[in-house]
Amino acid sequence: MVPASIRVNKLSSQSASFPLRLPLWKPGIFLLTVLLSLPILTVASFLLYPSNEVWQHLRATVLNEYLLNSALMMLGVGGGTLVIGVGCAWLTSVCVFPGKKIFAWALLMPLAFPGYIIAYTYTGMLDFAGPVQSTLRELTGWGPRAYYFPEVRSLGGAITMFSLVLYPYVYLLSRAAFLEQSVCVLEVSRTLGCSVWSGFYRVALPLARPAIVAGLSLALMETLADYGMVSFFGLGVFTTGIFRTWFGLGDAAAASKLAAILLLFVFTLVIIERWSRKRAQYHHGSNRYSSLPQYRLRGLRAWLAIIACVIPLFFGFILPAAQLALWAMQTYRSTVDASFLQLTLNSIMLAASAAALAVALALFLAYGKRLFASPAVTASIRVVATGYAIPGTVVAIGVIIPLAWFDNQVDALLREHFDLSSGLLLSGSLFALMFAYMVRFLAISVQSVESGLGRIRQSMDDAARSLSYTPAQILLRVHLPLMKATVLTAFLIVFVDVMKELPATLILRPFNFNTLAVRAFELAGDERLADSSSAALMIVLVGLVPVLLLSRSISTARAGS
Amino acid sequence: MTSQLDVEQLDAGYHDLQVLNQVSFSLQPGEIGCILGPSGCGKSTVLRSIAGFEAAWRGRILIDQVEVSTSTFSVPPEQRNIGMVFQDFVLFPHLKVDDNVRFGLHRLERHEQQARVQEMLAIVGMLAYAQAYPHQLSGGQQQRVALARALAPRPSILLLDEPFSNLDVDLREQLAREVRNILLQENNTAVLVTHDQNEAFAMADQICVMNEGSILQQGSGYDLYHRPANRFVADFIGQGVIIPATVESPTTVKTDLGLIRGENCIDLVPGSLVDVLIRPDDIVHDDDSVESAIVVEKAFRGADFLYSLRMDSGVEVMCLAPSHHDHKINERIGIRLNVDHLVTFPRT
Repeated sequence: MVPASIRVNKLSSQSASFPLRLPLWKPGIFLLTVLLSLPILTVASFLLYPSNEVWQHLRATVLNEYLLNSALMMLGVGGGTLVIGVGCAWLTSVCVFPGKKIFAWALLMPLAFPGYIIAYTYTGMLDFAGPVQSTLRELTGWGPRAYYFPEVRSLGGAITMFSLVLYPYVYLLSRAAFLEQSVCVLEVSRTLGCSVWSGFYRVALPLARPAIVAGLSLALMETLADYGMVSFFGLGVFTTGIFRTWFGLGDAAAASKLAAILLLFVFTLVIIERWSRKRAQYHHGSNRYSSLPQYRLRGLRAWLAIIACVIPLFFGFILPAAQLALWAMQTYRSTVDASFLQLTLNSIMLAASAAALAVALALFLAYGKRLFASPAVTASIRVVATGYAIPGTVVAIGVIIPLAWFDNQVDALLREHFDLSSGLLLSGSLFALMFAYMVRFLAISVQSVESGLGRIRQSMDDAARSLSYTPAQILLRVHLPLMKATVLTAFLIVFVDVMKELPATLILRPFNFNTLAVRAFELAGDERLADSSSAALMIVLVGLVPVLLLSRSISTARAGS
Repeated sequence: MTSQLDVEQLDAGYHDLQVLNQVSFSLQPGEIGCILGPSGCGKSTVLRSIAGFEAAWRGRILIDQVEVSTSTFSVPPEQRNIGMVFQDFVLFPHLKVDDNVRFGLHRLERHEQQARVQEMLAIVGMLAYAQAYPHQLSGGQQQRVALARALAPRPSILLLDEPFSNLDVDLREQLAREVRNILLQENNTAVLVTHDQNEAFAMADQICVMNEGSILQQGSGYDLYHRPANRFVADFIGQGVIIPATVESPTTVKTDLGLIRGENCIDLVPGSLVDVLIRPDDIVHDDDSVESAIVVEKAFRGADFLYSLRMDSGVEVMCLAPSHHDHKINERIGIRLNVDHLVTFPRT
């Protein structure tokens, strides 16, 4: 047995190997966790809230429609992203054909398009007055109602749009899985008599399944979180229902109840995703880099492979980007003015401060986890890391309810004692917006910073300490230089996500405060699709930055080959 | 002479698991000590305790006659004036070779830093690579830089944690000898931890054999090989077999191989049964000998053959023979006993 007095002094080798005098760090982590989970808990608590009249009405009229539409959309988007994502991942990881290297990273580019922007673009292109139908009528001489043309603003249209911009999630994760696993396992399967193609079905695909499922659940989370596209298409799903109930019917409780049901869907996906990722770890074959088995495609097969990669790239990025650029050139004289510059500035300021805050908090959390590797701290960080799955609409409701309550309490208190009115202090302020961004996007920066810190071995700290450095000096001289790239990446990704974010910004922004995303949404809502193109193009261009970063890491991922 | 490092009855462990049990040893200035043992025996914990990464549960550690670890306090690693070389080198990947070496010299003037860096890089033969990044170096080169980095601040004690185990076998012993020469040149006191006895023999003056958290024997490589204090050390160091014997007199035992004489043995009671350690070099291959045995197994090792032989009595022994004595399996060859050190253990 160990004397109690010594236990206190005892140092653990997993966490920091020195006694720390930072009494506020751990409570800080817990406080932050509580604050950030407050919105989610608020919304979830409405599941238990007794139903009111409006809720009864919703249940009788639209709830089934929401459920059905959401289910159909998930089914459709799931199928679409799966076929495109896994297919392209397989072609670009195991087959050799002309242009393969370019496709490998270019196929990520549709990720730069927020769903609502690609929806506006295709609607503008394909609606009655758009270039496609006009040209068709000119060429054929058909009258306005003499022919059938598929309607973009429909469930099928939404599924297509989502599939085109969300397949990169599946592509990215399944490609990584193919690259890691097929090396050794596919070779073994071939020595056992499998051809490359049968090896795909019998070995590579089953092994990559956890990664594919993880990618799929990410794509579906984005589908559920979208508000911009479904509201533009006029589809009845949860996010649009929440908006209608809140702002149309003015019933916060019923809206929150809808949000809570949406949360149930999302949490199911989170659980599936985490479970799959965990299983994916077991499926790692080796960390040895040897050359991949390559299947060289020639002639017709090579052409088919090229076409299969060109289609999603063309329709998911090149065509809509070209259309946006064309519109922007036609309209920039009237749309790019002082107010547009103000919008851009607003967006950049907002995104930059949110990103800086997210990185600072992420460093605080991830470093805390490294210093105090206790189960409670780890659990806290896992809770924070769930935020990325919560739709912006839900976050916004979860933020506004407790903040409004707080404002009312303060106001009432001041009235009672000082006969003053404080009005709205926090709700409707930039604070509320920033709070919501942290709930939703902190997870991304935490994940990034954590992986960066995780790559710095504990022995690195030991080496520095054996060379007479204090822990604080180590942070400055060793950790920060080693994590520069990670911190920058975390900053960029949050920056871009905030730029693109629509529903939470729409609900929580201060009065008269606009961003590029909100402006694009408003113009599109007024059917001024061409006018929205400058703002939309700006968002897409900024969105390309992290995609290109990702592409670079994809092309250097297999250093050994 | 006052010792440079004293480890006194050290107990330590992780969480509730005690790993070290009453570990004690001392090193004089300039001495190179080695803790040798199988993996999991606690040898790295000793090193990490000396470095200050682990706390002492009981006992104490003194560096330069100053207490640095006791059961109630622990001087943080950065204040202990130690240097450490790690198994996986752990060079700072964002710094060039010279900046890695300079890293521990932050308390010196700039020009002193520069001079010391140059000096250290010259000593380890890495001057030409001063501007390279760690990832551009081979494993052996990285370990040289790591050694230069650890020695640059002139530590009181240099700690080496399995420093050669990530290197090719060829390189290991060569580098071990080189490192020993560098340490002697700089008059450094050092503690090496390894599971490889050849490394230990090549580098250390004093070797502590450790198992299950305790030091079983301390001595030179020669002592450990020829005078093992117990069966574990006899088995762990070198090769050999243990055969039964009867004590004839306090200096003589009788075995199937004949009478073996020796001095400095444990008190032998005539008539009692004991076990005797026979090393391969205790049995000499001699075609003229009257004693013979049958070859059961043979291993070609370059300069010599290691034969496993079965005596007529059924006892098996090993014999080291020069490599031009190539005999077939099942062949009967002449052998002769040539035991310089009689090692006996009580029969269990």
